[in-house]
Amino acid sequence: MNVPLLTSIVIFLPLGGAGLAALASRGRSAKWVALLTTGATFVLSLGLWLGYDPATATTQAPQLADTWASWFPPGYDVKYSVGIDGLNILLVMLTTLLGPVVVLSSWHYIGERRQAYYALLLVLQTGVTGVFCAFDLLLFYFFFELTLIPMYFIIGIWGGEERIYAAVKFVIYTLVGSLLMLVAILFLGYAAAEGTGAVFTTDWYELLAFNMPAAQQLWLFALFALAFSIKVPLFPLHTWLPDAHVQAPTGGSVILAGVLLKMGTYGLVRFCLPIFPAAAQQAALVFGVLAVIGIIYGALVARAQSDAKKLVAYSSVSHLGFVVLGIFAFTTEAMQGAVIQMVNHGISTGALFLMVGMLYERRHTRLMADYGGLAASVPVLTSFAVFSVLASAGLPGLNGFVGEFMILLGSFKSEVLGAPVLVAFATLGVILAAVYLLHMVYRTFFGALDRQENRTMRDMNVREVALMLPLSCRPSRRSARPRPAGRRLT
Amino acid sequence: MEAELSQAYAQLWADLPAIFSLGLVAVAGLVMITWDVFDNNSPVIPWLGAAAMGTGIVWEALALVGDPGAAGTAMLGLVRTGGFASFINIVILASGMLSIILSVPYLRRIEHDYGEVYCLIMYCTAGMIFLGTANHLVSIFVGLETMSICLYILTGLVREDEGAVESALKYFLLGAFSTGFFLYGMALLYGATGTMALPEMAAGLAQPAAPGMIGSELLFWAGVALLLIGFMFKVSAAPFHMWTPDVYQGAPTTLTGYMSTASKASAFGSLILILVYALPPEHWPAVLAFVAIVTMVIGNVLAISQANVKRMLAYSSVAHGGYVLVGLTAGTTAGYAGALYYLLVYALMNIGAFGVMAFLEWDGKEGREQTLQSLAGIGTRKPLLGVTMGFFMFSLIGFPTLGGFIGKYAVFAPAVQAGYTWLVIIAVLMSAVSAFYYLRVLYVFWFMDESEAEDGARKASFPVPFAPAAVLVVCALLLVVLGVLPFLLGTTSAFFPDAGAAMQAAGGAGP
Repeated sequence: MNVPLLTSIVIFLPLGGAGLAALASRGRSAKWVALLTTGATFVLSLGLWLGYDPATATTQAPQLADTWASWFPPGYDVKYSVGIDGLNILLVMLTTLLGPVVVLSSWHYIGERRQAYYALLLVLQTGVTGVFCAFDLLLFYFFFELTLIPMYFIIGIWGGEERIYAAVKFVIYTLVGSLLMLVAILFLGYAAAEGTGAVFTTDWYELLAFNMPAAQQLWLFALFALAFSIKVPLFPLHTWLPDAHVQAPTGGSVILAGVLLKMGTYGLVRFCLPIFPAAAQQAALVFGVLAVIGIIYGALVARAQSDAKKLVAYSSVSHLGFVVLGIFAFTTEAMQGAVIQMVNHGISTGALFLMVGMLYERRHTRLMADYGGLAASVPVLTSFAVFSVLASAGLPGLNGFVGEFMILLGSFKSEVLGAPVLVAFATLGVILAAVYLLHMVYRTFFGALDRQENRTMRDMNVREVALMLPLSCRPSRRSARPRPAGRRLT
Repeated sequence: MEAELSQAYAQLWADLPAIFSLGLVAVAGLVMITWDVFDNNSPVIPWLGAAAMGTGIVWEALALVGDPGAAGTAMLGLVRTGGFASFINIVILASGMLSIILSVPYLRRIEHDYGEVYCLIMYCTAGMIFLGTANHLVSIFVGLETMSICLYILTGLVREDEGAVESALKYFLLGAFSTGFFLYGMALLYGATGTMALPEMAAGLAQPAAPGMIGSELLFWAGVALLLIGFMFKVSAAPFHMWTPDVYQGAPTTLTGYMSTASKASAFGSLILILVYALPPEHWPAVLAFVAIVTMVIGNVLAISQANVKRMLAYSSVAHGGYVLVGLTAGTTAGYAGALYYLLVYALMNIGAFGVMAFLEWDGKEGREQTLQSLAGIGTRKPLLGVTMGFFMFSLIGFPTLGGFIGKYAVFAPAVQAGYTWLVIIAVLMSAVSAFYYLRVLYVFWFMDESEAEDGARKASFPVPFAPAAVLVVCALLLVVLGVLPFLLGTTSAFFPDAGAAMQAAGGAGP
């Protein structure tokens, strides 16, 4: 498999599709353009998966790399540099997989200005894929910020009642963090230039080789970590997330939970830890504590929700707390678990948002009290929903279990964290997850079927089954064979 | 300049190609006013002006591509030539040309489409070019006054409107006041250094006092301070920004776009020349850093509370002056180059933003009073204006893939390099604040429903003619090109090969 520029094609194909979708004369053609583009992108990304060779080291350059050194004029070592390594391959695959799923989930839900919607969705996919593939900090920043623009419009135009508030809050929260990160990038680039006697550089490998003085590491690390913690979101910076999630249309929520949040955890793993190793170890305990607070807090707040979408949104806060805990444990198991958990959370929470979206399309309410006993009227939907919930709750045998287990195991052994008691509290989060998720299933799908609208509810059609299947097949497979995925990371 | 008169004439003749665009614009203005005498308010006049400016842009662009590193003086040392001059001329000419094209249908709709307006724009542009490329205190003054007087008149163009007259008068009075500062500063500088040519000033200061002159440091820095006050007034930096909101709101909208971009570009161009060639970098970076902070904070914070879009854009324009000052504070050639780059993208995005606002007015009077609320849902009805406004607003915030980001990168990076990281942190936080009010424009345009608009908003319906629509699209596309391919950064950083003795004395802080 040696297609030239394959990585760049996977990144920019959706952008081309976005142009076509925007110019489409009818909304119908726009959504077909979007489906074909995302489908083609997924097929091409399989080429990345097959072309990536876990046995080959990526310590000098990523695999399947595309580089354009003269992107910036001479005098700046800022390159267009993308590629694949063990860390991002899974996340790229997750992004390309969710692409067609999101398009299908919006098939009927988005009724107006469809050209604009699908164009923005495709731009968003380019941005996210670029974030995961970039090996240059400034290029990374380009894509990182690019994702905000389409998301702002997707929430703001097609969102719920409070969409304007949610959209503005989402952008401004993220913007504050990422602008501060920009300052850190600039400082880092010049510091590296001074240290090595070369020009301003934002090349990831060069910065990796450059050993920052420990005194400066801490505040640069803080600026980077702030940007990513907002994105994750880490407690107490999470308040934009429930608003954005609840107001966004289903497709937007799926992308947001599935991949946008991963940009934060990915950024921590890709940039914060390797470039500022000393500072990261110093700060590990702080992040560990915040992560565990997030796990418990997210779970408790999720339990108290009456709105199903809000419940799933807070469950994200809780689940991503595990990822952050795993990242800052500095053990191999925990790190592998964190990456697996990133992917799994993308799949299972994406699936949960899709389920909530399907219910909303049918009944135009997200309050769990308005449902009940759906198992009798819509058996197919119920089985998919139960399956997703169990996966999300981390039932052994489904995907959620592997990641959480590895994180807990790795964090317990962690010498950097040095606080097994944290793990004890984090484990409480696993139990709470089962509590709030099963509670949701109980209130929605079981119990008395006491409303006429619920009795006559339409079950899933072929399109809906088709978009759920890829998300439901992967959990079981991933769980059955965790090792290959794990090996790819190291 | 003790040359023989005949020699001087020969020299002046030989220098004419070096100031081609300045001469072209001035002559075209004279031709236009003559034409206007015989064929009053002829529709040809604006196009003549736009064509002259377009020719100037092509000429300067060719010169720039030929040798960006060129530097020299012309006209007996009155103006600078070479890469820097070409670049600043392109910015000024481009904003002039685009504004003329935008103004034609707009002024026709508010029934003030006089031929003289375009002639004034030409004279004003000539003054700006003279100011922006000045190498001598006299040319600074002549250029500045030519520009300002034309702008006073253009501001008060809509005579029936009390607000416009008030803003013109305010502009005139405050402008005259700042000119006083300017002149006094010039006098002191001449007294301190015995020369009015910028590159000779630092040397003049270093020498012992000439016979009959007081060569004191105090005199020099007092002169610099007064000169800076004059410049801060012209670029509307806080705390000398008070006139900006009133004037920008009162002037006809397309002309606001013109004065907010071109006059800023030329005043900053002149300031950069003074900083590079005349002043030893001892005290002024601290002053500029202070002014930059105050300007960014005041501009951005006050913009938040504005309901009127033009007023909001006026405050935001104050804030953008602050970002340019961050680049100047760095005091390196990279910082100046970044500031120039910023001026270019700023011209594109602000002309675009004011252009969109111009076409959302439905007559001169109500347009001046136009609030955000009255524009609810306009994006759906006027998708072209709505979409291009999206580009301009995101570029003004400084989002990547648009020119605004590379502009901010170009001014912030040298400042970080020069050790002003704390200043850049303030600047990016202020950028985040600015996101709030720029995004508000977009959510009013796109997220709100038309039914939420105030009364009368639905009247705002008129065709957008082809030429101005094309201007908006071209601005938006250029912003994307400048934002994705930052090749011009390399061009602008080649501009100061002969950076003044003043800078080299400081150890050549440039990269």
